[in-house]
Amino acid sequence: MLWACLRFPGLAFSAAFAATPEAGPSALLDHKARQRLIAMANDEAVGLGIRRGQSLAAARALCPALEVKPRDTDAEARLLGELAAWCYQFSGHVSLVPPHAILMEVGASLRLFDGWPVLAERLRQGLLEQGHAHTLAVTPFAAASWVFAASADGMVLPEREGVRRMLEALPLKQSGLPTATVSSLQAMGFRRLEDVFRLPRPELTRRIGREGVNWLDRIRGQAADALPAWHPPANFQQKIEFDGELDGSQPLLFPLRRLTRSLANLLAARDGGVQRFTLTLEHARDEATRVVVAMATPQRDAERLFELARTRLERTSLPAPARAIELDAEELPIFRPPLRDLFEPVRGDGLDWPTLDERLRARLGDAALRQIALVADHRPERAWRHGTPTGTVSPLRARRPLWLLPRPLPLRPNPTAVLAGPERIESGWWDGGDTRRDYYIVRTVEGQQAWAYLPVGTLDGWMLHGWFA
Amino acid sequence: MNAIVSPNLAQVLDHPGIWRRSADRQPRVRALSTGWTSLDAKLPGGGWPQGALSEILFEHDGLGELDLVMPALAALTQEHRRVIFVAPPYVPYAPALAAAGVDLRFLHEIKAGSTEAAWSMEQCLRSGCCGAVVGWFQDIDYRSLRRLQLAAETGDACAMIFRSATHAAQNSPAALRLKVSNSDEATYVDVLKSRGLLTTTAPLLRMRA
Repeated sequence: MLWACLRFPGLAFSAAFAATPEAGPSALLDHKARQRLIAMANDEAVGLGIRRGQSLAAARALCPALEVKPRDTDAEARLLGELAAWCYQFSGHVSLVPPHAILMEVGASLRLFDGWPVLAERLRQGLLEQGHAHTLAVTPFAAASWVFAASADGMVLPEREGVRRMLEALPLKQSGLPTATVSSLQAMGFRRLEDVFRLPRPELTRRIGREGVNWLDRIRGQAADALPAWHPPANFQQKIEFDGELDGSQPLLFPLRRLTRSLANLLAARDGGVQRFTLTLEHARDEATRVVVAMATPQRDAERLFELARTRLERTSLPAPARAIELDAEELPIFRPPLRDLFEPVRGDGLDWPTLDERLRARLGDAALRQIALVADHRPERAWRHGTPTGTVSPLRARRPLWLLPRPLPLRPNPTAVLAGPERIESGWWDGGDTRRDYYIVRTVEGQQAWAYLPVGTLDGWMLHGWFA
Repeated sequence: MNAIVSPNLAQVLDHPGIWRRSADRQPRVRALSTGWTSLDAKLPGGGWPQGALSEILFEHDGLGELDLVMPALAALTQEHRRVIFVAPPYVPYAPALAAAGVDLRFLHEIKAGSTEAAWSMEQCLRSGCCGAVVGWFQDIDYRSLRRLQLAAETGDACAMIFRSATHAAQNSPAALRLKVSNSDEATYVDVLKSRGLLTTTAPLLRMRA
């Protein structure tokens, strides 16, 4: 077993500022303290002298423009779950260590990912792309990994002996023991874990309690860690509420990207895809706007999901500014990667028809893309329809023009010659669409071949109905 | 003439970098037969150039300009390759299409405005899953045409656009430009430009009537 521990020191910050990207100096307030204290600040705020533990009043005095938000523990738990979903692609055993860490067993994954350096690179790259600051350590003991992730980012100790040596050199402050225990041990004159490890066990238990001893056993691998395995949920629902109201589709793209990305993470974890999801935009007074994004085949690529959702969203007109955005995906079917012939040359972008179809529909709307089908009817207007062709209707023998005018128009001036006809079309008296016409193929003054008709019994009043293009 | 070429000169002329203009050495162009024997004979490669843009300039609707491309499109759909009509000016009439041999299951129509039409056509060409993409444009600038030409190359698809003959004098990046005109009750096809063909002064091709 080899446990990798990922710690996310900025997780509380990212969770609170999920809806809007923080611009300028921003800080997080601790909601537990009776006095309102700064819990965390971004680099800009730190640059202005804002520190952890400062009171809000002091921070405001340093920087009046400071943007503050309270901690949101629910959002933090959700975000940790999302990160677990993302980590699940690298390991079959992922465990949450609330509030801000994830443990994953990587010993079994090393061969698949070509060893730890490659896997570590992929983990770090992926997390940076998602904008999560993190620290990482690997040891054979989960608790030790957790300790080192906090104190020594990038530490890799595959051997038990190495772990013990490094632990012995660790200052007590970084041992992961409760603060009270650490200060009482320091008061007794202990500085490093090495000193504590040397104490006889009953003596140690008396001084720091059973739990403290148990912790020291766990980091040394002398006691087992109970790590509940995380499992990906069966559906996806996430909502981001905004502080203010966002007008128009452009500002909504940032939260939308976050939502589609966490959906994609979940899909990757489940080895599933999504074929249909709903975006719900809540307004102050008006009824919520729903945007359904449906795809021809299950998809799971974050970028593609975002593009599809974005184009749909941009086509939707919002009745009012939005206060919250929610993404719901009920069904997450099995994802089947497209099959391709090994020797088939890939042309161009190598898209298959469903993907192209989706891309066009997303931008142009569903109605813009259609097929043409035959209908068994003698009336020219009704001999075709928009829809999926079935192939059960056989075409007419008579010559028909390639272009049909949507509506017949008067043909002026009169044709110069009649090339064929008349062909009488008389039908539809039973359904109200009664038609009685004599169709001719005629040549116009410009030399065009046209399909025109005269109402039965007349010799004038040519109506143009098609072109033999 | 070959008799008096010295062996050294023959060696020089065999160099692949030297191209001699002679009847038996046509540059190779991959093409899709137009289905019109007399037109195939006039085009390099014997048909619509593949992975390139062809432009058909016509004077009026109903001169047989669509008849020119139908056999090739029908052949594509019968091979289960997709054919896309982008912004056709009228209703493509199913009975006539079926009679021309088009397998309607592989024909798609995109309704779009002029800017969206150019975008859709480019997407279809570039995707690599369409056999031919046919577009109708009132007005399209050189840059867009060039994009279509490049997209056709990328996706190795056959691009065809129909425009009014009034644009015949404009510069165009298309690999093939045909003009369809009418006089004396007959339709003529004139090759205005063709990549890989040196002369365009061949007699007009007479179609229909």
